[in-house]
Amino acid sequence: MSNYTAPIRDMQFVMRELAGLAEVGRLPGCEEVSEDLVDAILDEAGKFASGVLAPLNRTGDQQGASWENGNVHTAAGWKEAYKQFAEAGWTALACDPEYGGQGLPKLLSTAVMEMWKASNMAFSLCPMLTNGAIEALVLRGTDEQKALYLTRMVSGEWTGTMNLTEPQAGSDLAAVRTKAEPQGDGSYKIFGQKIFITYGDHDMTDNIVHLVLARLPDAPEGVKGISLFVVPKFMADADGTLGLRNDVHCVSIEHKLGIHASPTCVLAFGDKGGAVGYLVGEANRGLEYMFIMMNEARFAVGMEGLALSERAYQQALAYAKERIQGTELGVRGGPKVSIIHHPDIRRMLMSMKSQTEAMRALAYVVGAATDSAHLHPDEEVRKRSQAFVDLMIPVVKGWCTENSIEIASTGVQIHGGMGFIEETGAAQHFRDARITTIYEGTTAIQANDLIGRKLAREGGATAKTVVADIHVVLGELETKGGEAFAAIQRSLKGGTEALSTAIDYIVATYGSDIKSASVGAVPFLKLFGIVAGGWQMARAALAAQRLLDAGEGDSAFLSTKIITARFYADHVLSQAAGLGYAIVNGADGALALSEEQF
Amino acid sequence: MGSQARLEKHKESKNSHRSIALKILVPVKRVVDYNVKVRVKADGSGVDLANVKMSMNPFDEIAVEEAVRLKEAGVATEVVAVSCGVAQCQETLRTAMAIGADRGILVETDAELQPLAVAKLLKALCDKEQPTVVICGKQAIDDDANQTGQMLAALMGWPQATFASKVALADGKATVTREIDGGLETLEMNLPAVVTTDLRLNEPRYATLPNIMKAKKKPLETVKPADLSIDVAPRLATIKVSEPAKRSAGVIVADVAQLVEKLKNEAKVI
Repeated sequence: MSNYTAPIRDMQFVMRELAGLAEVGRLPGCEEVSEDLVDAILDEAGKFASGVLAPLNRTGDQQGASWENGNVHTAAGWKEAYKQFAEAGWTALACDPEYGGQGLPKLLSTAVMEMWKASNMAFSLCPMLTNGAIEALVLRGTDEQKALYLTRMVSGEWTGTMNLTEPQAGSDLAAVRTKAEPQGDGSYKIFGQKIFITYGDHDMTDNIVHLVLARLPDAPEGVKGISLFVVPKFMADADGTLGLRNDVHCVSIEHKLGIHASPTCVLAFGDKGGAVGYLVGEANRGLEYMFIMMNEARFAVGMEGLALSERAYQQALAYAKERIQGTELGVRGGPKVSIIHHPDIRRMLMSMKSQTEAMRALAYVVGAATDSAHLHPDEEVRKRSQAFVDLMIPVVKGWCTENSIEIASTGVQIHGGMGFIEETGAAQHFRDARITTIYEGTTAIQANDLIGRKLAREGGATAKTVVADIHVVLGELETKGGEAFAAIQRSLKGGTEALSTAIDYIVATYGSDIKSASVGAVPFLKLFGIVAGGWQMARAALAAQRLLDAGEGDSAFLSTKIITARFYADHVLSQAAGLGYAIVNGADGALALSEEQF
Repeated sequence: MGSQARLEKHKESKNSHRSIALKILVPVKRVVDYNVKVRVKADGSGVDLANVKMSMNPFDEIAVEEAVRLKEAGVATEVVAVSCGVAQCQETLRTAMAIGADRGILVETDAELQPLAVAKLLKALCDKEQPTVVICGKQAIDDDANQTGQMLAALMGWPQATFASKVALADGKATVTREIDGGLETLEMNLPAVVTTDLRLNEPRYATLPNIMKAKKKPLETVKPADLSIDVAPRLATIKVSEPAKRSAGVIVADVAQLVEKLKNEAKVI
């Protein structure tokens, strides 16, 4: 049985000391966001995650969603939990108050989202996809569409989906074939098949609002000919009364490695005469609208990496404290001890813990920057924050999710043979994590976005400001005494040098030899993640020392933080140099073989 | 008459019922969270509370839930949460208000509060607030005293029904089902009265996000024991607090006679 307790103390520390909760509270529209309010919300969300969502995680994995006669049934308890989740108002946390949302900042919703994803990732996908659909309608919906759909989706009465993928159009959306035929009355008839539609059908709400990419008859080829449509499962009057069933049907669901309880649907549009849809925004600009939401969705998937790492760590830690096996090294004839006494178990636990905390720190800092990018009164600051967010989104997505597979795997390893047995639940996190490096853009797609759009296009300007920020922290570290800070300083300095060299290499090579630059893309993304994580852990150690010196806070927590930062520096940040080497020197070996030589 | 109209009518009759104010006072205590493994201070003077997660006493949460349900059912008109203790008890009151209490009163003091002192403070507040019923937890999970509700009833000269698993208020009377050894006992008593809650009375709800936000804006009044002219000085002295004895390794006994001998002379249980 795997329990989950929201790591509220670390969340509070990161929000206050690293992400600047106080500054977020000073942004226009965030005046209500005090430490007290944040604590109260974290507390209650934590209770809900532990009490309602976490116990269903296992049930969902075992039962999975099921499909029968065109209808999807969610796992036992799902429907009730969703009702409770919506009634408690959690669906509305970050949404626009105009449509019944609470309008709370991204920094807070990030922490709360971590809890949903850690306690029950398969469940969390439904509100996450709904949020994406909400955002699309807020940005581009007509007044009628907003009035009909938004308050109902914000309240959780109806859910939303995103329909992009088709069998021949996965990462390459230019190949989308689904058709939209104008009916002359402002509506369209949609024909086609979409696959991999998360919560494309379910029994938790009366209606589902599908956002669908499709082509108009006269649309140009490729990505510039794709439009966005809203297609409800049931047609609804202006007052929301449900009428006819629309011609969109779930024809099957996938059998997957993980997230069994999240129904991944094949949706058929128009098998019985055409599904009624309405254009969202302007014709042929659908993909552009999708990209506006893509940042949000990619960030959210990055949070899944963080959340599953936290869950896997909690589970491995509990097992390591409980499992008695062997005697303590160096103690002859000593008593049997719990495995947490063994050095390699400690190394594994510290590696899980330190990377999880580094990911949390970086993700929350990016969350706070998103708030600043949206709300800061000074346009310059907004621009700078947005550039930082744009740069870091692929890093958060790619680095956190790649880490989570490794961390959940380490969690299995700590359980030994029992980890391979489904009964312990350690394997579920490993299986659930596996999708995160694939959907919402694979790691390679994130890495290509990072080195191309985010780095080379602007000559590495924003990345260099990050490096400059790290140098400020390095300066601070130098003024601190003690071995821990010296070790952190050493590794962060080495990592930053590797990062700078790699930035220069990518910027120099991208235009002239894009293939070579691209071989280094994923290693570069990892390098960036590791160094940015080290930057945040160094800041965490400095903040912890400052509080200790002032005699404030929980000294046990704070000294643990410094030791954790040191472990990260010694064991994780020290890998930066190797990655840097591979980026700069590794292209030839990867590209030299002819296809036949493979 | 359609069902909607009947519902309206029903609401009206409830509202007319409501014209008699019925105020519920709910005392809530801030205690070490039930998930925390409690540690005794090295000097044996008490429990270590530094940097420990604190929450509302679970029995008090049940009391708040019951009061709020009575209000939602149209029986009660106002729910006032009260806490006695340090400034951080405000958080506990905000939690009560997020569940649905209308306002909060904090009797703020850093002094150690024992059940009698709390009962006296609550009496002073009852004299001022004139509630129809006080619903409180049967005991707090930190000291397990199980005294405050009873003492308050005695000080007020009110009837009391402890360990409630069901509460109904009507016509100036409370009908309370109590959990007793070997079964349930149902009592009827005149209001005003004190009810203390047992575990099975209800299952407290999860506070909703809008209510957490609203709770921040509900009135919270702070008074000091001196304002109420109450002397909270402890009447009992804590001599020593220690951890329960650690379980030692077992032994295999040779025969029944040795077992009986050990139970008699070593364990001293027979």
